[in-house]
Amino acid sequence: MSPLLLTLRLAATTTACLLLLGTPLAWWLARTRSPAKAPLEALVALPLVLPPTVLGFYLLLLLAPRGPVGRLWSELGGGPLVFSFAGLVVGSVLYSLPFVVQPLQASFEAVGSGPLEAAATLGAGPLDRFMSIVVPLARRGVLTATVLGFAHTVGEFGVVLMLGGNIPGRTRVVSIAIYDRVESLDYAAAHRLSLLLVAFSFLVLLLVYAGGGAGSRLRWRPR
Amino acid sequence: MSGLVAVVAHSRGAFRLRAELTCAPGEVVAVVGPSGAGKTTLLRCLAGLEPASGGRVEVGGETWQESARRLFVPPHRRRTGVVFQDGRLFDHLSVRGNLEYGWRRRQSGGGDTHPGASEREAMILATAADLGLTPLLDRPIDGLSGGERQRVALARALLASPALLLLDEPLAAIDPRGRAELAAALRTACRRLGVPVVLVTHARGDVLRLADRVSVLQAGEVTASGPLASMTSALAAVPPEPGEDLAAVIEARVARHDDADLLTYLDFPGGTFAVPRLDALPGATHRVLVQARDVSLTLSRPIASSILNVYPARVEAIDEGDDGLPVVRLLVGDTPLLARISRRSRRELALAPGMEVFAQVKAVALG
Repeated sequence: MSPLLLTLRLAATTTACLLLLGTPLAWWLARTRSPAKAPLEALVALPLVLPPTVLGFYLLLLLAPRGPVGRLWSELGGGPLVFSFAGLVVGSVLYSLPFVVQPLQASFEAVGSGPLEAAATLGAGPLDRFMSIVVPLARRGVLTATVLGFAHTVGEFGVVLMLGGNIPGRTRVVSIAIYDRVESLDYAAAHRLSLLLVAFSFLVLLLVYAGGGAGSRLRWRPR
Repeated sequence: MSGLVAVVAHSRGAFRLRAELTCAPGEVVAVVGPSGAGKTTLLRCLAGLEPASGGRVEVGGETWQESARRLFVPPHRRRTGVVFQDGRLFDHLSVRGNLEYGWRRRQSGGGDTHPGASEREAMILATAADLGLTPLLDRPIDGLSGGERQRVALARALLASPALLLLDEPLAAIDPRGRAELAAALRTACRRLGVPVVLVTHARGDVLRLADRVSVLQAGEVTASGPLASMTSALAAVPPEPGEDLAAVIEARVARHDDADLLTYLDFPGGTFAVPRLDALPGATHRVLVQARDVSLTLSRPIASSILNVYPARVEAIDEGDDGLPVVRLLVGDTPLLARISRRSRRELALAPGMEVFAQVKAVALG
């Protein structure tokens, strides 16, 4: 698989996993008064400040066949987690977690309890309230989270390098391929891929800004 | 009786709420009191929005909450209609979307009836027409005025076919002119719905316009409770709106019309009011407001006066009004009346409880 297709597949899988895992986590963080909230928020924000190599290094130790997670995974019948696509997904999910959870949490908090209570008195159960009230009112945050999660995964380098190496068709994503070309002094190929990435990223962002109008402007800031 | 029977207990920090409340079907009970007395908390407990609350809530023979049995029906299974003070409309839906929200859920949750789309449309159109919302149906929420928002909130609550209607300061965000209009719509709606209605307010005008019975809540406890007409003095604890005075509320019946003098005569326990010609059938009941500043006192019956409404009255008590001026509580027959007088009048008339006087009523407002 070409580096570009691999990158898109990784970003799409990662974004899907992040929305699935990040939504309940962000919802819990937005609503809870538990003392566990602050430590969890700090943990979620950690990938924002850590060098990707640190994250990649620890993931390598954890996910390696003899590492605690890797061993458990293979005993459960899973394939190898390092130097594989599955490993890249795990790494990307962790690395992009704050880019999805934080905008979701902020938009969930902005919805507040008022509309939810009103919906409850009108006969809507918890899941119904979430789907019919929270998701539409927080759609800007959901869109921001999706785009940022996707784009950030596309632009990822350090974690992939540490965890996946540079295996053509399996772990060689665009950013790695560019690095590889530059190393071998093939500047023309590096240019092609780099420009492609610039154009792609610009297009994605353009689609979001233009398609949603002023209403869907990315208003996300690291907190 | 199958209305609302509730004993609500809730505490938050140092604040304790322990209130008993009953309300018959079709009746409007106003819960009044100073802010911080726990009025809104009481409503929230009835709606099931305070999961930590205790006590017992029974509506229409169904038990929604009973802490002794650890029974707590969550808010979405309680069939309450709530009109929140701030409206709480769904901004992402149109007016129609808001109206349909509760209606859809209650219909599918009820199980026994599944009316079709045409019936839904008919229900929504009828309710919208009652509340003057027909031209707004396809409008988004964010362009609506305060009065329009509250009418949408009321229609939305009514369409969810509630077994208990809870109104939290429904008229607070509305200008005085729209207030009378919405109050009339509310009264019609409450009467038609035929379920218990609990109204929380700190505005005396709301009470006089809407309530059948009044409960005064102070520091989390019900300190007085009774039919509106008997609560005239208890209502003195409720602050008036700007431009509004203390008033007595009297239920009066249309006795007859006098087309020559352009007057209508209204009977009340204790006498008859003459008011400008009304468009009402004889026998109809009318709620009449007599503001304290419109009542003056004389020791003998005035012989020649332009004031038609003069009644022999007995002084019950003389209170200090909130502006320091005396407020005289009177009884005309069985009907309480309030008169605001000057300190000098009080001295010169030598007013004291038990005295017989004549009360002249300068103006009578219809509630």
